Amino acid sequence: MFFLLPTATSFWYSLTRWDLMTAEFIGLENFHQFFSEPFLVQGLINTLIYAAMTSGLKTIFGLLLAVLLTSNLIARGFLRTVVFFPVLVSTIGIGITFTVMMHPTRGIINVALEAIGIDGPGWLTDPALALFSVALVDLWKGVGLATLIFIAGLAAISPDYYEASRIDGATRMQQFRRITLPLVQPATITVITLSLIGGLRSFDLIWAMTRGGPGFSSDVVASVIYKQYQAGFYGLSTAGNVILFGLIAVIMVPLTFMFNRREIEQ
Amino acid sequence: MTLRMKTKLTVVTALTALLLSGTAFADTTLTFLVDNNADSVAAAEALATAYSEKNPEVTVEVEQRPGGGEGDNIVKTRLATGEMTDVFLYNSGSLLQALKPETSLLDLSDLPSQAKVADGFKSVVSTDGKVYGIPYGTTMAGGIFYNKKIYSELGLTPPKTWAEFMANNDKIKAAGKVAVAQTYRDTWTSQLFVLADYYNLQAQAPNFAADYTANKAKYSTTPAAVKGFERLQEVHDKGLLNEDFGAGTYDDGLRMVATGEAAHYPMLSFAIGALKQNHPDEMADVGFFAQPGDDAANNGLTVWMPPAVYIPRTTANVEEAKKFADFVGSVDGCKAIMAVNTVQGPPLIDGCDLPPDVPAAITDMLPYFKDGKTAPALEFLSPIKGPALEQITVEVGSGMRPAAEAAALYDEDVRKQAKQLGIPNW
Amino acid sequence: MRRTRPIVVGGISLAVSAVVFILPFLFIALQAVKSRSEASRLNFLLPKEWLLWDNLVAVVEARNYQLLLAYFNSTVITVFSVTILVVFSAMVGYVMQRRKSRWNSVVQGAVLIGLMMPPAVVPTIGLLQSIGLFKTMTGMVLIQVAYNLSFSTLLYRSFIGTIPRDLDEAAMIDGAKPWQIFVRVVMPLLKPVTVTNIVVQSIAIFNDFTNPLYYLPGKENVTVQLTLYNFQSMYTSQYNLLFMNILLVTIPPLIVFIFFNRQIVAGMTAGGVKG
Repeated sequence: MFFLLPTATSFWYSLTRWDLMTAEFIGLENFHQFFSEPFLVQGLINTLIYAAMTSGLKTIFGLLLAVLLTSNLIARGFLRTVVFFPVLVSTIGIGITFTVMMHPTRGIINVALEAIGIDGPGWLTDPALALFSVALVDLWKGVGLATLIFIAGLAAISPDYYEASRIDGATRMQQFRRITLPLVQPATITVITLSLIGGLRSFDLIWAMTRGGPGFSSDVVASVIYKQYQAGFYGLSTAGNVILFGLIAVIMVPLTFMFNRREIEQ
Repeated sequence: MTLRMKTKLTVVTALTALLLSGTAFADTTLTFLVDNNADSVAAAEALATAYSEKNPEVTVEVEQRPGGGEGDNIVKTRLATGEMTDVFLYNSGSLLQALKPETSLLDLSDLPSQAKVADGFKSVVSTDGKVYGIPYGTTMAGGIFYNKKIYSELGLTPPKTWAEFMANNDKIKAAGKVAVAQTYRDTWTSQLFVLADYYNLQAQAPNFAADYTANKAKYSTTPAAVKGFERLQEVHDKGLLNEDFGAGTYDDGLRMVATGEAAHYPMLSFAIGALKQNHPDEMADVGFFAQPGDDAANNGLTVWMPPAVYIPRTTANVEEAKKFADFVGSVDGCKAIMAVNTVQGPPLIDGCDLPPDVPAAITDMLPYFKDGKTAPALEFLSPIKGPALEQITVEVGSGMRPAAEAAALYDEDVRKQAKQLGIPNW
Repeated sequence: MRRTRPIVVGGISLAVSAVVFILPFLFIALQAVKSRSEASRLNFLLPKEWLLWDNLVAVVEARNYQLLLAYFNSTVITVFSVTILVVFSAMVGYVMQRRKSRWNSVVQGAVLIGLMMPPAVVPTIGLLQSIGLFKTMTGMVLIQVAYNLSFSTLLYRSFIGTIPRDLDEAAMIDGAKPWQIFVRVVMPLLKPVTVTNIVVQSIAIFNDFTNPLYYLPGKENVTVQLTLYNFQSMYTSQYNLLFMNILLVTIPPLIVFIFFNRQIVAGMTAGGVKG
């Protein structure tokens, strides 16, 4: 109720020129305007790159870390805590910290690179690099959560399977492919779904680190929308929201169907 | 209409007073929303304390909100939903117009303190002859801060024309110093060369503001308007900037110009507050001059107006809120602000004189006002300001987009804003 | 070979994680003990004077001990929201996974929409006002539940999928009612994912910044993330106090995590589905 009712009204507002106090019906004008945003196309491409990159990396690294952290390992408990640490800190805090560390001349990353003779790039100031730098920080921040979900998923796999396969003489690699991967699939689906949607909607970290810049080079759809909102173009930004919703639906609905079918097949 | 409103309001106030008198003896709490800039908060707290000393039955509670676009949203949302505080602080000029003051704010034209408020300020907080705001602070200016030590070491004088400015820059660069500090991490700082060029633009195209609002003049087709973008591009292309201009912050810029790491930093004069806080020992080294244009004989300053205090129509404490706003506009209120904040330019309230020990940068600024060589910034003359200007100026200032193309892109942005505001002729 | 391997792998992961995951925190901690002008340079140099205590006191005392009030508010919101969320989403997730009916796809659609649709601020405020819950903790709790329900439900649903259906069926044959099955059989098995849910959601809600900003205005309603604004504005930042504040507001989530981290481990050894 808190969600659906306001959402429904927002569809109406997306067809209006709306300054919060009065709304004037202008038909599809907002959609037209939004699609003619000079940086929307780039924003769309950036959104897809960003979402694919963060969700792919989170899934891969999350699973690898989870396997590592459920295996027999020294300092396992400590490592688990450490990997999860970034999740605890607010996005604002992380944004500030990494922006400072990625400073082109004084940032610790480039200072360290310089010490071994590499001239580090402007992580956030080079238009070609900024989006990827933020995606890496997103990975850093989010991989702990993916790992946690995978760990919980791995914990639900009965050890008997491994024992049985070991008796059959399976190698570790075979165990991973034949037992771990299929049985951890619900967790994989959860991680992919959540991180993909998160990536498509992603905004706060990008905003905290680059504000879509330099210029417009790391703008994603969500940040384009937010800028319209900030400028007070409420109708326009709601129209953008509807468009973003459509984009996510186009990607997620077929994917969910596919996942569901695979789940049932099992 | 107003009469009926007034009676209604009096009834409400009377009722409120009656209700409150039941519990204690007529205590009122006024809420006051300000942005979280240290200067704004300090001034608000000082005003609250000063006011409560005079009126012990009233407590003023200061609430903070973020600044910038996010803060705009909070203010608009709270006004639209009727949840605004009794008194609030907000920008004057084009941003105020976006709040639709005629429907959302109380008319403050009749407050006694308005008699002493400068007319120049009243015009930026009015619509249809009604004044809605009370000034909160002094006049500000946009121009170029410079390091006096570097200037005296190299034997330079503050430039009167852009050519002289660039000649100075060449000498500074030849001496191995950073000529101009730019800080695009805080994107808003990138707009200064464009915005502070308005005095020069107006000198060459006196009707620009009106024509621009009426969709008759564009940035890209007005050579004097493209100049601002070209100047921004020029300082980048000539290699005058600090190496880390893309990652520098506002704080960095102030530090550089105060300590002599850089010779110039284009900025609004409200920076004097932060300079004094962060670099109290170097205040005497920081000077200020207007952004120079092409004509040495007509060298003038682009002026900004401070934010103002407003009262929303939805307040339950109309009389008390008005009294408090009146106090903010009085000489006592103005002095209370000056006691905690650094002045940023000439005062706007008659009788509230500047303290004798103003910083050097302010002293540099005063002659422009005395000679009448000032013009308000465009955002106080026209309701239209494109929201993407700061991203565009970052692109120009980083060499990602040439000036002419940027001006055309900005025109597009302006068109969008004008359409959204529903301004005629767009 | 078998014995050295964990040590080698562990050693390498330790070293890598130390650099990747710990260095940024060292950085935060370092700035938090510097003076304002030193911290504004934001480097890795050690401070000239260690101002740990002074900065701590300055942050706690700021704006009339606002931080303590914020701790209280945020904790209350978090505890109530998470409790409701866990109970609710476990039930919805269970029904979605086990009962295959037509309603199922509707609910699933709603869950997905909830996850995908960016919330509409102003209509929501209007709704809250009309039922008198705007600017109240109750309203805030309801908002948090509404916004996070989809995520929790999805987590539960996928894990209920890993529980063999035989278990329910066995209980059903023993004559247990559906809700009994849920409480007695399924809930205990869900311990690991419940813990995950609690940890993730309480951190997300505790660290939430935007929603309280819109739905919970007012000085007495301040939440922890909003206190960061005391030291950072558009124009000036007191980085030393800002980072100290970041450290301080990270402590409660850290406690939650350390506390439940053991539970996760315990849940994995004990709650692992046997058979």
